[in-house]
Amino acid sequence: MSDLICRDLCMTFRDAQSGAEVEALKNINFELKQGEILAVLGPSGCGKTTLLNMVAGFLNPTSGDLTLGGVDIEGPGAERGMVFQQGALFEWLTVARNVDFGLRMSGAPEAETAEKVLNWLDTVGLQGFGDTPTYQLSGGMQQRVALARCLVNDPSLILMDEPLGALDALTREKMQSLILELWKKTGKTIIVITHSVEEALLLGERLFVMAPRPGRIHREYNLPFAEMGLTRSLREIKQEQEFSSIREEILTMIWDMEEEIMGHG
Amino acid sequence: MAEWLSDNRAIFALLTIIGLLIAFVWSIRVGVLQTRLRARDEVFGDPERTKGGWYWAVCGVAALMLVWFYFSWGAARAVFPNAANELCQIAKIGESLAPISAALPVRSRYLKSTTLAVRNSAQLEALSTSMPEGVFSADEARRLETSVDRTRQLIALLSNPEFTSQATKRSLADVEGQLADLTGKLEAGPGDMMPSPEALTQSRWGTSEVEIPMLPMTSRGVMFDHVSAELVDVSKDFLSIRNLSPRVEDMIASTAELINSVKKGEPQVDLDENGAKARKAYVKAVERIFKRIDDATIFPAQAMEGINNAVAKLNATVDDAKGGLGIVEATFFPGQGIVKSKTQCTEQGSGRWLPKPSDVVVTFVTLANPDMSGGGGYKGTRLLWWKWLSIADVVGFLFPDSIVDMLPGDYGTHGVDGEFQPTYKDHMLAFAQGDVYLGSVPMLDGHIWDSLFRVLVAMAFGIMLGVPLGIYMGVSRLFKSFFDPLIELYRPVPPLAWAPLILTIFGIQDDGKIFLLFMVAFAIMVISARTGASGTQLSKIRASHSLGATDRQILRYVILPNALPEILTGVRISIGVCWGTLVAAEMLAGTTGIGFIENVARTVSDYELIWVTILIMGLLGLLFDLVMRWVIGKLIPWRGKG
Ligand SMILES: Nc1ncnc2c1ncn2[C@@H]1O[C@H](COP(=O)(O)OP(=O)(O)OP(=O)(O)O)[C@@H](O)[C@H]1O
Ligand SMILES: [Mg+2]
Repeated sequence: MSDLICRDLCMTFRDAQSGAEVEALKNINFELKQGEILAVLGPSGCGKTTLLNMVAGFLNPTSGDLTLGGVDIEGPGAERGMVFQQGALFEWLTVARNVDFGLRMSGAPEAETAEKVLNWLDTVGLQGFGDTPTYQLSGGMQQRVALARCLVNDPSLILMDEPLGALDALTREKMQSLILELWKKTGKTIIVITHSVEEALLLGERLFVMAPRPGRIHREYNLPFAEMGLTRSLREIKQEQEFSSIREEILTMIWDMEEEIMGHG
Repeated sequence: MAEWLSDNRAIFALLTIIGLLIAFVWSIRVGVLQTRLRARDEVFGDPERTKGGWYWAVCGVAALMLVWFYFSWGAARAVFPNAANELCQIAKIGESLAPISAALPVRSRYLKSTTLAVRNSAQLEALSTSMPEGVFSADEARRLETSVDRTRQLIALLSNPEFTSQATKRSLADVEGQLADLTGKLEAGPGDMMPSPEALTQSRWGTSEVEIPMLPMTSRGVMFDHVSAELVDVSKDFLSIRNLSPRVEDMIASTAELINSVKKGEPQVDLDENGAKARKAYVKAVERIFKRIDDATIFPAQAMEGINNAVAKLNATVDDAKGGLGIVEATFFPGQGIVKSKTQCTEQGSGRWLPKPSDVVVTFVTLANPDMSGGGGYKGTRLLWWKWLSIADVVGFLFPDSIVDMLPGDYGTHGVDGEFQPTYKDHMLAFAQGDVYLGSVPMLDGHIWDSLFRVLVAMAFGIMLGVPLGIYMGVSRLFKSFFDPLIELYRPVPPLAWAPLILTIFGIQDDGKIFLLFMVAFAIMVISARTGASGTQLSKIRASHSLGATDRQILRYVILPNALPEILTGVRISIGVCWGTLVAAEMLAGTTGIGFIENVARTVSDYELIWVTILIMGLLGLLFDLVMRWVIGKLIPWRGKG
């Protein structure tokens, strides 16, 4: 089983010029089982992106251990796929070529690759767009391409940094359903970072609310809504009494944190 | 055919001008209508507003062409083909009258006598206060002072009408009378004067080596021509007049004697070398001013009055006699008009340095004519043509002989009969030296191709070496820090500052110029590739890492395409800079190329050829840019959309 295990993870940034130190993360501990979906929420600057970058292997922790399936994470790898806020698509390639990028780089057989690409484009609802240049797509379609590009590589862990942050409300809701759908279909472990409390509640089977200065996990929730979302409409779930009460609780929590930051500053 | 076109260029120019005028007026009409039509749904500052508008382009080009026709006197030649010939006859009068005009306040402010008197008096004043001490005895000093004083008096005598002799007065009156006679002839008009048959067969204005036909081709021109011929004698008479009288002659003789006595006499004081020099210089200065006065060409101001009036009258009459030609000259001949000097009439001002459009076309057609024995091409090279290129020559150029030297074995020796016994190495050497016939391929040839070839080869090397280096500099600390100082050190030096050095090292053949251009292209390509590579978004790099791409793959499939827009912009810029540098380099050295033609044309003041080369360069530069814009649009449609 490829569980993600994080032990006493610390990250301190040091400014090269002033020498000032920022404790972006301090003593992070958690375990994420294969197939779980985790939402991470927190005020701006609490270290969400930093945490994700370390899991992806783009940053080395100052101290602590980070293992996936018992193997230390050292540098980026194809088994941990990443979806960025704004696609990070290769605009000189068509949709299909973007999606098959990872397979082409690893030298997978062409026929098999083409078939996989077609399947995934179907799954994310982009059938027929294979030969379109990516710059001709809308923001929502671009995020779908990014998702497909990540999934076609068959990673065991998918990392998403505010993947829906730049989308309008309607598209966003559709994409949330899509993510849940994909989660169920593939059984992959997923970490989603978001600014939206609702989104975190809807997508997160587990939810971390992080606090800043130093960045740490403030509260942890286990939520039923992601499971519900697989069968019911998201709008309905949002009407639930339980949903509203947790939402209010978390909103107050984050408000208090923001207030504290403002007070400090 | 070409000759017929060339002889009738004035008519074609006229038709062109009419066409341009129509295009100009019509395009303005269309433009105004369009503007009015669109006025309603336009927002000021919206970039969409600038789209379209080809009619204004027509308007601008037509206006430019018309300005060109006008200032090059192309319009004058088209509409008034005989005007230049008539103006030439009038210019003859100006030339014949020049000696008299020079003495008068004509095209100057003062009488020549006034200028002479004032300037020499001032110099005498300066001289009398600057006599060096200790190099003249008291006696000599007194004699020199007297000489200076007498020269001064001489100026006064010459300027005083009381001392003007009767003979002088008579001569001046005589010139005045002759001028009045000629004025009368002009007033009488040409009458039945007719141009000679010889004059009528002259080649027309601007169609032969003789720019403007010299012999008068109209009856009015004949009249001016006659008057100018007679004026030559009048001017001679005037020049021989001297303001001499007995008193003046006495003064001249005695002063000359006095100066001579000091000049020829032995120095009466002991002098060292410097003293002797100072003495000699001072005496010489006194004598020089005296000599300027002693030819008695200073006349009293009053004495010149009559001639001055007569010349003014003559000039006014010439202007009257011109009639409509005067208006034509004022409106259609911008610049300094037509001037006659010794053997020819020439256009002065913009008519001279701005060739007429039709002449430019004729020059271009001559230049572009591939038949060199028929006068085409330039200095033994065609403008743009083709030739058979021997493949062996290319192989010989590309394949260094030293590779053959490195092969195992020995070169042949001579055998017992003394004949050469070649080994396989000798055959390889012949191949490497281009001595083996390998067939030929058709290849472009000519000045334009030579210039293009240099730019293209230099660009090819610049791109092949500059882009990889630039990309590595964009991603590698080692490459960036190692090469940055080297490139930044040579790049700011203007390419032309390198030219003398590089042309000296490589010689004036193609390789020197190509290397110079390569340096230009290389620096630009490195910098643009580097900017493009280092501008890759971090998220794209991270995404490709997460997709499992290796470093090398990221370089090839992510960083390179990401840098492509910058690289192509770099290509576009460096083609432009190379083109500019090339032309200048060709001016410095070489025997072919557009810059070479212009440089030779410059040394012989062939303005038409200079403008033709300028136009060729401009059009080729424009062509490069259009091609590059097209390539950019084709290759990187995603530009600015990432
Ligand atoms: N490269 C860096 N150098 C120095 N400090 C950094 C660096 N990256 C992040 N930080 C600091 O670490 C802290 C956490 O940053 P991070 O980007 O992880 O926040 P975040 O939770 O993702 O915020 P947001 O929600 O606004 O994206 C911030 O205070 C930030 O200033
Ligand atoms: Mg962030």
